[in-house]
Amino acid sequence: MTTWMPWKIARKELRVISRKRSIIFYTVGLPLLIAIAFSIVIKNQIANGIPTTLSIGAESIIYIFVILATVLPSTIAAYSIVGEKVEKTLEPLLATPTTDGEILLGKSIASFIPPILSTWIGASIFMVATDYMLYNGGLGYYYFPNWNAGVMLLLLAPLAAILSIEIAVIASSRVNDVRGANQIAGLMFIPFVVVFFAGAEEIFAFSIGNLLIFSGIVLIADVVLFFLSKSTFKREEILTKWK
Amino acid sequence: MIETENLTRKFGELTAVDNLTFKVNQGEIFGFLGPNGAGKTTTVRMLCCLISKTSGTARIGDYEIGQPEDALKIRKIIGLVPDNVGLYESLTAYENLDYYGTLYRLTDSQKKEGIEYFLKLLGLWAKRNVLAGAFSKGMKQKLAIARALIHDPEIIFMDEPTANLDPESAKTVREFILELKKEKKTIFLNTHNLYEAQRVCDRIGILNTKLMAVGTPQELERSVHGRKTVIQLRRVNEAILDSLKKLQVKNIVQEGNQLIVDIENPQEENPDLINAIVAAGGRIETVTVTSSSLEDAYLKLVKENTL
Repeated sequence: MTTWMPWKIARKELRVISRKRSIIFYTVGLPLLIAIAFSIVIKNQIANGIPTTLSIGAESIIYIFVILATVLPSTIAAYSIVGEKVEKTLEPLLATPTTDGEILLGKSIASFIPPILSTWIGASIFMVATDYMLYNGGLGYYYFPNWNAGVMLLLLAPLAAILSIEIAVIASSRVNDVRGANQIAGLMFIPFVVVFFAGAEEIFAFSIGNLLIFSGIVLIADVVLFFLSKSTFKREEILTKWK
Repeated sequence: MIETENLTRKFGELTAVDNLTFKVNQGEIFGFLGPNGAGKTTTVRMLCCLISKTSGTARIGDYEIGQPEDALKIRKIIGLVPDNVGLYESLTAYENLDYYGTLYRLTDSQKKEGIEYFLKLLGLWAKRNVLAGAFSKGMKQKLAIARALIHDPEIIFMDEPTANLDPESAKTVREFILELKKEKKTIFLNTHNLYEAQRVCDRIGILNTKLMAVGTPQELERSVHGRKTVIQLRRVNEAILDSLKKLQVKNIVQEGNQLIVDIENPQEENPDLINAIVAAGGRIETVTVTSSSLEDAYLKLVKENTL
């Protein structure tokens, strides 16, 4: 049985990424650090009883994991594409009988899986720790998982990660170093941060309805940018027009 | 095997490759010789279906470049050694070849067999588990060649395969190219190394945006000017010059007591030449036959095109 070619490409990308300590530390370490840090914050918050603003606080923290999902994939995507350009490995790769779509999809899968898994693991650690502390602190029921967290982590975060990868692909055609591509792609976390502050200031409620609308907007952006990134990632463009 | 007709590629106003028409036969080593910016890499990229042509036609085997349905088929039967080796430095030699074997849709057993064969052939088997990033330039170049051959392609494009290599590594690569010829592989070699072109190529095309000339190294050498016979005499006098003129030789240049005579066929013509000089009372000190080199041909053609 032959394995799907994009998956084979993704497997090689994951093997290369697994040997880059800085990327591993960033991808795995950051969500864990955030999970631990905010678990401590929650612990300190409930030391004197459960606050009335619990839902705003807890869900804002879950939303931070969504923001993480916009930042982490772009690092891997930028490395995976610009890294190949810098190391001059693209030309022999493009001379093989693989299609542009297979290569792009393979690289996107490799950029998507580790960050989204580590985001979910980090968020899960935070939710379990928070539940433990709240339950023992007198809440009487488990706060997580809930529908809001579910929509944020299972719908919004993956859509945001896809958006991040697509922007990294487009940015890759305009710059000639990984850091530059990562910086451009990183700019897309700004609208997500604006929503975070709007939520913290109670201008935007992290309700199911609002989160679904926001997810819908991100989905539309994903679709538009999919076509843009696909048109950017073409052999001819890469070899003749990319910087 | 490779056939082009008026193949042209323009980048905006700049014509990188201008109306190339040539043919490369199966099992032949065809060299493209030209200065930097002559269009060698652009031609290879067009033939490998990496970039499109602006006009003209080109065929690789039974397939035509520029036809989207043929592009993947062409890439299956070719191997490319680009000017930059482009290896994954954080993968081992074995992993690099294994990945490319996968991209060429080889089965696991084909990959295993091919990797072992080529790594042993190129003397890299003992280093198969070493990261490519730790390899020397020569070893990287050998690995890049193995990568281009892993799927047993019919045609191999090599873009400056010995550039930046030390003489010993360059020699190894050249010898390997000649080994490939024995396996009836068609090889398209881009180079600006005249010695290399002369040493390994069956035919050479001299390119400087346009194709200036195509022929065997010997044909190209002769195309500049024929061979010359240089005769050093004790003393040159009018009687000797008159006797040579009677032989109807093409061109005679006198430099002191040295006569330089253009000769088509030294074996046939030199005895008559010497007899005539001796009969005219000349005393010959030395006779030397010189011929123009591929370098002369190359420089002349490139210079003509630049002017």
